[in-house]
Amino acid sequence: MLKIENLHVAVGDKPILKGLDLEVPAGEVHAIMGPNGAGKSTLAHALGGRPGYDVTDGSVAFAGEDLFDMEPHERAANGLFLGFQYPVEIPGVSMLQFLRESLNAQRRTRGEEDLSGAEFIKLARGQAEALGLPADMLKRPVNVGFSGGEKKRAEMVQMGIMDPKFAVLDETDSGLDIDALKAVGEGINRIMRAQNKGVLLITHYQRLLNYVKPDKVHILVAGRIVKTGGPELALELEEEGYAEVMA
Amino acid sequence: MTALPSPKDEMWRYADRTALAEVWDALSPPEMLQIAAHNEVQQIWQPSGEEIEIRRATITLEKGARLSLYALNSASRYGRIELDVKLHEGADFAFDAANIGGGSATLEIVTTVRHVEPAANSRQSVRTVLGGTATGSYAGQVAVARDAQHTTSEQDIKAMLLDRGATANAKPELEIYADDVACAHGATVGELDPVQLYYAAMRGLPPEEAKALLLEGFVGGLWDALGPDSPISVEAREQLRAMTR
Repeated sequence: MLKIENLHVAVGDKPILKGLDLEVPAGEVHAIMGPNGAGKSTLAHALGGRPGYDVTDGSVAFAGEDLFDMEPHERAANGLFLGFQYPVEIPGVSMLQFLRESLNAQRRTRGEEDLSGAEFIKLARGQAEALGLPADMLKRPVNVGFSGGEKKRAEMVQMGIMDPKFAVLDETDSGLDIDALKAVGEGINRIMRAQNKGVLLITHYQRLLNYVKPDKVHILVAGRIVKTGGPELALELEEEGYAEVMA
Repeated sequence: MTALPSPKDEMWRYADRTALAEVWDALSPPEMLQIAAHNEVQQIWQPSGEEIEIRRATITLEKGARLSLYALNSASRYGRIELDVKLHEGADFAFDAANIGGGSATLEIVTTVRHVEPAANSRQSVRTVLGGTATGSYAGQVAVARDAQHTTSEQDIKAMLLDRGATANAKPELEIYADDVACAHGATVGELDPVQLYYAAMRGLPPEEAKALLLEGFVGGLWDALGPDSPISVEAREQLRAMTR
């Protein structure tokens, strides 16, 4: 479903990803772990198409199409969701308005009809409830004044509303307490565990993987995948650290 | 009518003098607005659609009077809003206004707020969005008289430039002769935040829609009290959308 080949990405003049290969078939959840500075977030933003993240070589096929042929908003409309490590605040724009306009823009890009106001509210309320986020929070400006945990829950509410084919979740578990971690983990399973969907979880820690069991774990070091294994690899890392596992 | 004001006159420094000369002889004197003690008034100033539009008012708020003034300044060529406001004891003046313009428009908001007696409040929020080679200015003087203790005043001035050729001027000024007052002013000029645009794109918004939405957020807070479907909000939204297309 997502096939990354020989991906090289530079930020400014600095090469960060140096020949990364990775394939996530439909129906699977893969985790990427790695030390600080390995290139985990760079991978997420290169997939998203963030300005300033220059793909200098390699290719990414997403659901059979060339990802880099699409503008960022087209990637979203084609079913790619990026969960942000630091969800962005947008003062003056309510979460409801933001998400309704975003979802309808995706639908129009796909040639579908807009969702009516009532249909959208019902969808949004349902997703907020499922994530344990008070529905009233959706009336507030996008991520403004949200706690760290609320921001991450809100990212999952957004994912539930967009119902993507593939999610790249960049440290969605960072800054979460146990309850929020569990809610976010359950959200990922509920929204994304399906035969025709896939997930790439980027994380520092094993603890989210207690709730979202990955099919594969990849270790990213210095811009390349250096080791791939099953869920047990994450446990080994947690106990022994990167240096030991890599040795 | 008197001669055109000199460009050295601070209150006219950023005016479009050619446009001003065309309408100067026909310009009405400022409208007078007097709000009686403890009365509460709301006014909404929407643009007329004329390419040159100058609106001026001399306003007096008697003891305990309140005025909320909402204004959109967006004439296609030259728009000017000019206020001279006098606040008596305990009066409250709130001004929420926007300059929105593209092309080669010149838009300016010029205010003088005089706190002549104690315990009055004034608050001014001005948002300016400019494209093309437009110029948008705010010059606002708050004068607090010696007897006007316990005055509070705020000037919150922000501008957003969409194109390199656009210019914003912001000049909040305080002249305070009382010693027990709280007067704040701030002015910023910026551009659309590329990280916000990227976040919106990642949720599916094409660039022009994302820009329009962010600009709406930038300006929209001004008129929250009137609701999102108020004519002034709707008109501002349409103009912002037109500027990002």
